[in-house]
Amino acid sequence: MAGRTFAEKALARAAGLPDARAGDILDVTPDLVFSHDNSAAIRRIFAQTGAPGVRFPDRVAITLDHAVPAPTTRHAENHAAIREWVRAQGIAHFFEVGRGICHQVIGEEGLALPGETILGADSHTTHFGWLGAFGAGVGRSEMAALWATGELWLRVPEAMRITLSGVPAPGVTAKDISLRILGDLRADGGLYRSVEFAGDTLGALSLDARATLPNMMAEFGAKNAYLPPDRAVLDYVDARARRPYTPLYPDDDAEYAVEVALDVAALEPQIALPGSPANVVPLSEVAGQPVQQAFLGTCTNGRLEDLRAAADVLRGRRVRVRLIVIPASAAVFEAAATDGTLAALVAAGAAIGTPGCGPCMGNHLGIPAPDEATISSANRNFRGRMGTPDAPIYLANPWVVAASAAAGQIADPREFLP
Amino acid sequence: MTATLHRCWVYGDDVNTDVIFPGKYTYTITDPAELAAHALEDLDPAFAEQVRPGDVIVAGRNWGCGSSREQAVGALKAAGVPVIIAASFSRIYFRNCINQGLLPVALPTLRDLVRAGDTIQIDRAAGQIVAAGRTFAIPPLSPSVQAILDAGGLIPMLRARFAGERAP
Repeated sequence: MAGRTFAEKALARAAGLPDARAGDILDVTPDLVFSHDNSAAIRRIFAQTGAPGVRFPDRVAITLDHAVPAPTTRHAENHAAIREWVRAQGIAHFFEVGRGICHQVIGEEGLALPGETILGADSHTTHFGWLGAFGAGVGRSEMAALWATGELWLRVPEAMRITLSGVPAPGVTAKDISLRILGDLRADGGLYRSVEFAGDTLGALSLDARATLPNMMAEFGAKNAYLPPDRAVLDYVDARARRPYTPLYPDDDAEYAVEVALDVAALEPQIALPGSPANVVPLSEVAGQPVQQAFLGTCTNGRLEDLRAAADVLRGRRVRVRLIVIPASAAVFEAAATDGTLAALVAAGAAIGTPGCGPCMGNHLGIPAPDEATISSANRNFRGRMGTPDAPIYLANPWVVAASAAAGQIADPREFLP
Repeated sequence: MTATLHRCWVYGDDVNTDVIFPGKYTYTITDPAELAAHALEDLDPAFAEQVRPGDVIVAGRNWGCGSSREQAVGALKAAGVPVIIAASFSRIYFRNCINQGLLPVALPTLRDLVRAGDTIQIDRAAGQIVAAGRTFAIPPLSPSVQAILDAGGLIPMLRARFAGERAP
């Protein structure tokens, strides 16, 4: 009998079955479901189901993160409706304005654990693969159904194994690895698949960096992504978990639909050109391109290591174009305030925002003017993404974002490091 | 005779949900007519002005990639689009279609055979699409997924289920 992939094992577990194979359609009961500022809209959909109430309020999390603090009265009314719903249904895990971005906060709170299945009303729910969990995004109707019944059908995806070897050079990060994968294999290279990472690179990445890989696999079409949790991940989890868990690992003889190998040792920083995260070139091909705004933050690259990278580049310098820095969570904010990172960024001229998603999808806190170019540490650069259709967005790692802010043009951070 | 005629709007590969329904509207626009007014706003402004109920989308690979926002289906549904045909769909978009009761049809080659404004014939009962003088089979869905579509979407299906549970 052939071995099982991570996805096959995780979804069998979530369905309460001894076994499952790719292609099976299962009714799964996730360990946690979550949503964010879209929860008021989900509440309205839920009301149409006729369900008596939220089935498992202790398995539901809601964060306010996508437009925080509320930029308009309509956004404030949206938040108010969510708070009322949380109280009425006794939803166990609610995180107020300022606590941070759902994917970051849920990890910090120990609410997503290795081997578990996490469904979120957000496409970047692939993020939880860094903990060895099965994370997949769902739509609003599906979240309403999950609130109502506690379960949802999922097709067990075929798996793709990406084996990474080598250690990235200084100034080169998991973001560059992700962008290179997207550039090489296209925006649908992982469509419907469980993207399961392996290889010696993983252990060389910090925990902050590891989260970037599965997060970016949303741009690859992946259903979920997975990194095998090592001791460092289990130590992080054990300091936070409030329930028992069992890590899952793919069998050595698991069947993969596709296998890919990438040596990252010689990789240079990568840039996604405006229009698509898969429109990727090496930094050297686009260096010198003027930018008018730099944005450091998001679920992809708003963690402590990302802010420290920017501070390393900017210490003793001033930005030439506006730099917006938004920590991914209050915990990141506090740590960066305590260790001097934020002071260095502010001294260099950065504007610091409330933990949340900020301008990533064009809600507020850094909308560009038409024809203004932004270099961003986010995950998406689709036309209009930041609120203005004619404002091009370049995606890059945090080192590059900081160097470009200092130079006023897309710049190689390796020229700024001691 | 169950076949119906549909005018086509034809688009390329990797059309993402940000251009189908911009993120800046996601927490402020809820009315279906208003959703429809912004459909495909950053891809093809002519669409919202000229779309007629019954028109269909014919697109390339990876239609609906990006954000999970369900309004990217809802805006097209509100505009009267009953079927989206694409070479392939992003997985969340595909599910959102099913859950909204809008039929997603994955056909690898149709996009290369039709032009914007062409009329195609769709026979859902027979599982066929006739376009450019050729007949294509609509790929069957698994029974449990087809049941959601047949119920008119996920929410109508749940409404029937909870109504049944309340009945004596």
